[in-house]
Amino acid sequence: MITDFVIKNAPILVVAIPLIGAFLCPLVARISPMWRKTWVLGVVTVTSLIAILLASIVLTQGTVIYVFGASTSNLTVPIDSGGIPIRIIFTVDAMSAAMEVIMAMIGFSVILYSMSADQERSSLEQYYTLFLLLICSVMGMVTTGDLFNFFVFLEISSMASAGLVAYRVEKGRAIEAAIKYFIVSTIAAIFFLFAIAILYGQYNALNIAMLAQRLQFTLIDKIALILIVMALSTKCGAVPMHFWTPDAYSLAPSSVTAMLVVVSLASLYALFRFVFTMYGLTLSYVTIGWVLITLGVLSMVIGVTMAIPQKDVQRLIAYQGISQIGYMLLGMGVGLAVLGNPAQLSSFGIIAMEGGIFHIINHAIYEGLLFLTAGSIIYRIGTRDLDKMGGLGHSMKYTMIFFMIGVLAIAGVPPFNGFASKLLIYESVYLFNPVLAIIALVVSILTLASFVKVFHSIFMGPRLLEYAGVREAPLPMLIGMGILAVLIVVFGFFPQVVVNTIVAPAAQALVNQGGYLSVILGGR
Amino acid sequence: MFWNLPYFTVVILTFIAILTILTKKNLVKVLLGINILESAVNLLIISIGYREGGVAPIFTLAPSTNMVLPTPQALVLTSIVIGVATSALLLSFTMVIYRKYGSVDVEKMRELRE
Repeated sequence: MITDFVIKNAPILVVAIPLIGAFLCPLVARISPMWRKTWVLGVVTVTSLIAILLASIVLTQGTVIYVFGASTSNLTVPIDSGGIPIRIIFTVDAMSAAMEVIMAMIGFSVILYSMSADQERSSLEQYYTLFLLLICSVMGMVTTGDLFNFFVFLEISSMASAGLVAYRVEKGRAIEAAIKYFIVSTIAAIFFLFAIAILYGQYNALNIAMLAQRLQFTLIDKIALILIVMALSTKCGAVPMHFWTPDAYSLAPSSVTAMLVVVSLASLYALFRFVFTMYGLTLSYVTIGWVLITLGVLSMVIGVTMAIPQKDVQRLIAYQGISQIGYMLLGMGVGLAVLGNPAQLSSFGIIAMEGGIFHIINHAIYEGLLFLTAGSIIYRIGTRDLDKMGGLGHSMKYTMIFFMIGVLAIAGVPPFNGFASKLLIYESVYLFNPVLAIIALVVSILTLASFVKVFHSIFMGPRLLEYAGVREAPLPMLIGMGILAVLIVVFGFFPQVVVNTIVAPAAQALVNQGGYLSVILGGR
Repeated sequence: MFWNLPYFTVVILTFIAILTILTKKNLVKVLLGINILESAVNLLIISIGYREGGVAPIFTLAPSTNMVLPTPQALVLTSIVIGVATSALLLSFTMVIYRKYGSVDVEKMRELRE
């Protein structure tokens, strides 16, 4: 009975459980800190399990839809509505399912890590309320099939993450980073609402599938597209709008930073969803494809060159993250640029998109791992300045191994997961335009070079006197990091399995606009 | 022409808001600019849903079936609520910044410019 209920309502439960869990958290925390820990862990565990269940349903039975307030959960177009899907519809296709699983896994390990990393801080019940709210909002962003609903989740994610960035309120700089981030993302969200208003005024619909069917790509639709691309690339931190990322990433607690990476990837997902599924072939795909490619190349190059001179370890990883976002934009941009050409699409376009999507998944894992290891080092020695670190390899062996795995993965060294996805991108982009592939390779080498320096200055060298009493990070933190490290290695050794089961269906789901439409609007 | 007045207002408000956000140095004024921008979008959505001579979209005992669209009003209601939450959070950040730096001038918040 209960399994039937869960299977039937899985799309909404993935969003609702963290939401309810978030607001009950302060109440539960009144009993005792132990209850609070159990509650938060329980909520993320249940959410992750349901996300995995939902993904397995989607991958075996095709797209799952959930209509709010309808008599049956798949009644998308009510009989008396004149053929318009008037209700809010959650649409979980292979792409959304892949994103959900990966977010749930990151969320779980980050919460586990934060159980001991943040236990010394004050007002933890509010902290975890915001944390669960953040998980709820990213889950909502990737499942919803309704534009306005997406806007609401976007705002929830901005609010929760700004609150978390400002969490160390005793430091003025944390507030400064938070207000910078929040002003930027609020303005981005308002422009997104402008785009919604424009599209609604033209086509009288908010459902993505309905809009996709009716879209004419007039001048006004182009303005809406520009607003959407601008708003979402600001939220994901691609280069011209990247200025908030290093500040926010470096001043938030490390566990929060790992979640902020997930939020930026959710925005990236939404960007691809709107460009591919909503606009699809009606937009001038070559132009928009090249816009994405340009953003991607700029992000790659500027991110990595800004990373090299950094002294603050979290800031450095943040800049490297910007450069990795560039790879995803490059892969998806190439896929978009050849969307209207079936021969090129099947020969390399779809591989480029698979590379982009696979890199999104891998990026969430290794970037999260790098921030968590950096956080555990800072937790033990209390400084984030690379010049003051040294010789920690003697006392923090496991952290060193995890950091090394993360570094090799981000630099694309075999046999780690970053290599698998970057290889797909190099191969396919080379067929599209060799220069782009060469830039991507060079950026990868620079990434490795800058991380070799970081690795050396943190872990190598003789044992320093001032860090004589430093011990290994606590066990829950190691478990949290270990889960991510194991995922990196497993994904690196069996990339083909992951590509075939998760990534290829996701890429197909993005390309196959007609499939998405027919699920919502009928005509199957 | 006359019925396009709300749209002109939206354009004017948007420009005022963007100018305020870009040129003002006082953080509170920047936040006011954001609020004006929000109002501009809300006005745009409401005017899209308006029908000339329409009545409120309540079917019971409706004097005529020429009604304004209900969805934009629901959207704007939600968007206003979100706007209130956003402003509250931004203003509380500003309060803390004033306490830490003794000023709300964006030029003085330069600890992060490295």
